[in-house]
Amino acid sequence: MSDFAEKLKAWQAKVDKLAAKHPERKPQFTTISGLPVDRLYLPENPGEDYAAKLGLPGEYPFTRGVQPTMYRGRFWTMRQYAGFASAAESNRRYRYLLEQGQTGLSVAFDLPTQIGYDADHDMARGEVGKVGVSISSLRDMEILFDQIPLDKVSTSMTINAPAGILLAMYIAVAEKQGVKPDQLRGTIQNDILKEYSSRGTYIFPPKPSMRIITNIFAYCAAEVPQWNTISISGYHIREAGSTAVQEVAFTLANGLAYVKAAVEAGLDVDAFGPRLSFFFNAHLDFLEEVAKYRAARRLWARLMKERFGAKDPRSLMVRFHTQTAGCSLTAQQPANNIVRVAFQAMSAVLGGTQSLHTNSMDEALSLPTTEAVTIALRTQQIIAYETGVGDTIDPLAGSYYVERLTDEIERQAEEYIKKIDEMGGAPEAIERGFVQREIQQSAYDYQKAIESGERVVVGMNKFVTKEPFTGKLLRVDPQVREDQAAALAKLRAERDQAAVDQGLAALKAAAQDDSNLMPHFLACVRAYATLGEICDTLRGVFGEYRAPSTI
Amino acid sequence: MRKIRVLAAKPGLDGHDRGIKVIAAALRDAGMEVIYTGLRQTPEQIVAAAEQEDVDVIALSVLSGAHDYLFPKVMELMRAKGLDDVLVIGGGIIPEEDIPGLKSVGIAEVFGPGTATTAIVDYITANLKRQV
Repeated sequence: MSDFAEKLKAWQAKVDKLAAKHPERKPQFTTISGLPVDRLYLPENPGEDYAAKLGLPGEYPFTRGVQPTMYRGRFWTMRQYAGFASAAESNRRYRYLLEQGQTGLSVAFDLPTQIGYDADHDMARGEVGKVGVSISSLRDMEILFDQIPLDKVSTSMTINAPAGILLAMYIAVAEKQGVKPDQLRGTIQNDILKEYSSRGTYIFPPKPSMRIITNIFAYCAAEVPQWNTISISGYHIREAGSTAVQEVAFTLANGLAYVKAAVEAGLDVDAFGPRLSFFFNAHLDFLEEVAKYRAARRLWARLMKERFGAKDPRSLMVRFHTQTAGCSLTAQQPANNIVRVAFQAMSAVLGGTQSLHTNSMDEALSLPTTEAVTIALRTQQIIAYETGVGDTIDPLAGSYYVERLTDEIERQAEEYIKKIDEMGGAPEAIERGFVQREIQQSAYDYQKAIESGERVVVGMNKFVTKEPFTGKLLRVDPQVREDQAAALAKLRAERDQAAVDQGLAALKAAAQDDSNLMPHFLACVRAYATLGEICDTLRGVFGEYRAPSTI
Repeated sequence: MRKIRVLAAKPGLDGHDRGIKVIAAALRDAGMEVIYTGLRQTPEQIVAAAEQEDVDVIALSVLSGAHDYLFPKVMELMRAKGLDDVLVIGGGIIPEEDIPGLKSVGIAEVFGPGTATTAIVDYITANLKRQV
């Protein structure tokens, strides 16, 4: 028997055992016409080349997916990014989404929260509650998750510079519900490098930021073992204008920088590696996107193995969330966006995503209304329950075109990574403005192609009609800031100020030496120190980042 | 004829700078001189930069929904400094129904998603308040 035949036999035995313990969604899968659907399809005579490049689902190099049964076992997590106005308002939206069959939460914070300002700070004027929920203290977080059992849901939080502080608040809310940290499942984005290059919500300079991230890795490995400590994000790199190749390259280069920092801080790669997760964009070029996810999986697995000697298979896996491309939505003929989103979502599913956010049709106009969010969620449910694409694993494998694209994206992404290595790694490449300039150039080229008509955007530069949008838009009441400011004043008057002062003083001392900051974040938030007070303490020690000019 | 001077500005906390950078590049290619402020500028910083750089145009970009506070604030400060001959335009994710209010405080035009950069170049060239 050939090597691969033996491997396949072992894989089948493993999967049968697994399926006996955790049954697949159906005892037998068939097409609508009743034709049988197998778990996995292979070439007639899989050779060494197949084994090396594609392998088996759930096994190195993970090209065909990270789980051995993929969506036959269970569908991806349907996780709509949501949050606006006050904690109470967002809590109502979360509970609505859970009632509608959503299977995980994804918290959007407003910009003051993401940049570590309390709602009553001068820099927060005009921004409170606008692009997400306003959280200034543990009190807001308690309201945000009111009546949502944190041992039952998994929660993803799009928070970066102050990620450790928001995670500490989440842990503290769970404690009040009687839920232990080791029962918590979810993700913090915690990816500061792409903030410098693409998204903009940085606070501190790279060095202390990388140290905080490493602190979080170490703390969670011991205390919050089911938590994804980082979501290394290509999404925003793509939204900023990159190509698919650049998205993979810059994301994985950032990933390598985090792993390197943690290993240099003395952590074992297999202690934190299994909790690294990723986040990609689902853009318009359907088959290129499918290939992109597959290429990212294969390349990361190899890099982790070759560069860091990772052994735990979970350290080698790209487990990822996907969001459809906000930048592809048009303000013109917004209903067309439903169709764009459906194709993008389908590409993520055919590419093996672990969770998915589908954008709403009205997001080029404003925050989405409940009606638009519901259609977006239904789009995922139709893909899952009606189309049958989840009934066999990695169905596009073996397509000459998709395999060639997968190879090519991997090759070109690796070339970029080598170039970044030569500059000293991702933080240096970003500090020099290299990554930003590459992205800017791609964005400009894309725009020029649209304006010349070379790239068609239906309803925008072709098939144009002049119908004004008449639908409803979601508006955030400016009163939210006043209410938040009043609540903060009340909180500051009622809390034990001595405990707050003590917590912040201990945090300052810890920031000045090399202690892990996570226990201090917890002590501060439990005492109801505000997010702004905690971040100001750190600003005092670390200073603030100043972006280099790249244009 | 001298070059048209434009301040491309990101007021507030919004980090979405793809649009403003693309526009900055397009205005430059159209022969204008463009100064980009970078992220997280207060209205005070933007107006001070406009005065110091002696610009003909300010192009404001906000995608966070904070335009309703930030754009009028910039205009208030511009008037207080007597910078009435500077053309101020805006863009981003700005609902149609907000545009009349922004125009009433002095934002000359608001450009939404899907606008061609050539339309912005043409608008600036045709509507400058100062002699170039």
